[in-house]
Amino acid sequence: MNAPATLFDKIWSAHGILSRPDGATLLHIDRHLVHDGASNAFRTLKEKGLTVRRPDRTFATPDHYVSTLGRTLSSINDPNRRGMVEDLETHTRESKVKMFGLSDKRQGIVHVVGPEQGLSQPGMIIVCGDSHTATHGAMGALAFGVGASEVSHVLATQTLWQRKPKNMRVTVDGTLAPGVVAKDVILAIIAKISAMGGTGHVIEYAGSAIRGLSVEGRLTVCNMSIEAGARAGMVAPDDTTFEYLHGKPYAPKGADWDKALALWSTLPTDDGATFDREVHLDAAEIAPMVTWGTSPEAAAPITDRVPDPKDTADAFRRDTMERALAYMDLKPGMPLSEIAVDRVFIGSCTNSRIEDLRAAAKVVKGRHTTIPAMVVPGSGLVKAQAEAEGLDAIFKTAGFEWREAGCSMCVGMNGDLVAPGERCASTSNRNFVGRQGKGARTHLVSPTMAAAAAVTGKLTDVRQLMAKG
Amino acid sequence: MEPFKHLDAVAAPMEAPNVDTDQIIPARFLYRKRNEGWAHLLFHDLRFNDDKTPKDGFLLNTPPFGEAKILVADRNFACGSSREHAVWSLYDYGFRVVIAKSFGDIFFGNSFQNGLLPIVLPPERVEALRVALAKEPGAHIVVDLEKQEVRGPDGKVDHFEIDPFRKECLLAGTDDVTFTLSNLDRIAAFEKAYEQKLGWV
Repeated sequence: MNAPATLFDKIWSAHGILSRPDGATLLHIDRHLVHDGASNAFRTLKEKGLTVRRPDRTFATPDHYVSTLGRTLSSINDPNRRGMVEDLETHTRESKVKMFGLSDKRQGIVHVVGPEQGLSQPGMIIVCGDSHTATHGAMGALAFGVGASEVSHVLATQTLWQRKPKNMRVTVDGTLAPGVVAKDVILAIIAKISAMGGTGHVIEYAGSAIRGLSVEGRLTVCNMSIEAGARAGMVAPDDTTFEYLHGKPYAPKGADWDKALALWSTLPTDDGATFDREVHLDAAEIAPMVTWGTSPEAAAPITDRVPDPKDTADAFRRDTMERALAYMDLKPGMPLSEIAVDRVFIGSCTNSRIEDLRAAAKVVKGRHTTIPAMVVPGSGLVKAQAEAEGLDAIFKTAGFEWREAGCSMCVGMNGDLVAPGERCASTSNRNFVGRQGKGARTHLVSPTMAAAAAVTGKLTDVRQLMAKG
Repeated sequence: MEPFKHLDAVAAPMEAPNVDTDQIIPARFLYRKRNEGWAHLLFHDLRFNDDKTPKDGFLLNTPPFGEAKILVADRNFACGSSREHAVWSLYDYGFRVVIAKSFGDIFFGNSFQNGLLPIVLPPERVEALRVALAKEPGAHIVVDLEKQEVRGPDGKVDHFEIDPFRKECLLAGTDDVTFTLSNLDRIAAFEKAYEQKLGWV
């Protein structure tokens, strides 16, 4: 009998082609997802006289540079941005790589499209030239972001050299309180272990609270693994995963489904398997979270106050905190629920799926925004589904803008920017200095918390609005 | 890729933790091609005012740190996005070594692909180096990749760890694609067996 192994160990060992004496392993890559930031990687490939080795395992969609105001190339006003999407079209056409293009309803944020199409499956190794590739780990896959050089390596060889990271398990047991959602769970985890707590590790999220999340909730949790420093995060596949996958366009069918299911059922971490690091959280103690600083680890329950640097003994940490508060224009001791915001963004690979939009719409229904707010669905299919359910009407009636799918204001590369000095409650994943635009101030929140902020014009405990019904 | 063997150069101390890749290279510049040059964009919004004049007080605008080839940072340097442009910007500016308590995992890997050497040293030593560099601006740090040693301005020598393969690649100035392609038969054999078992993938 084999020694007890973790989910991560099992996937890793099933993909090892060969090892180098220094311990690095050449891994087989099942899926390579490509977006419109891949121009330099395709160019490198060409310069080396190489071609895409496995176009059948490579899938592309433009997301970072697309306009959220239209679905044509000409809707991208800026020639440099348009060029990135055109480049992707050219490179994928030349390489015979499947592309969900702008005119295709399946286009969207690559980390929404993968699971939605059933491309991301348990047991796979999935890579993409984007740090939020960890998202796909929610399907029970090992998924991680790579840089441009590694993208071209995967294009050329369908493999990647990696040193095996360590195993870490974050267990969240218990029941989440009403109004507390997946985004709050991952922000609470990052606040606890810090923005580098997972560095060098792959995190497996486990425990009854994680098990109780839908696949979409798990996607949100795994998405922000990189904000905890971990290149990958994963959740063991279970019936929730299988039900989600069944019938998806690229999921196995018929006899293949049965064979796949038999294999997938062997993937969860064995009893007795050991982790290099274990962290435990009590689900019942997690409250709706907001960030107050310029690192995702600067997260706190909405019921808290802006922390006071004076309470920090370490001079270096105090200095860092003071700089963050100066950038965010916040005063120590101020209740987080009194921070007025100028704008709300609901979208990004973290929170732009149908359940996110349903939850936000529920808060918004019958209310009105007091500040500019926009919803950017994660894919054309999410948008169509939301429209079929009438969610677009709820958002629009409430004063939200209803846009086309893309990364949009999470990173602002398409021109959807937060103005200098503006404060944005955002469902995205990074509150870095200037992330949503030069001088922009970001507060990371869940979709329901974002909806609440849009209605009240300040960071708000969504549970208060829920109580009013 | 240029080989990296040995460097004796001015080092600059950067006093912030969690310096993310959005600080190193803002997202709005990422549409540019690799060969268009990235030196002038490094730390752009920290380094320049809105009117493009250098910001007073920023490390690289403070002589002699502008000519540094070694950066001594803090913890979790270059966390965040996978953008390799962060490495290109540091490299094109002239940096060849970054010393820190820890790095973002993706940046760490990207660095080796471009001839930039990331070195992890113990937290106390990283802090001591920064103190020494601030006290004596323009002081040199000496990095010897062959011996895996860093000599600080105080003469103290630290050993650092590096993967032997990555070390070889840096010393020779080669990347790993060539090596991988020399193993194509092994890859194809793996794929054949794999696909027999998992035909649906």
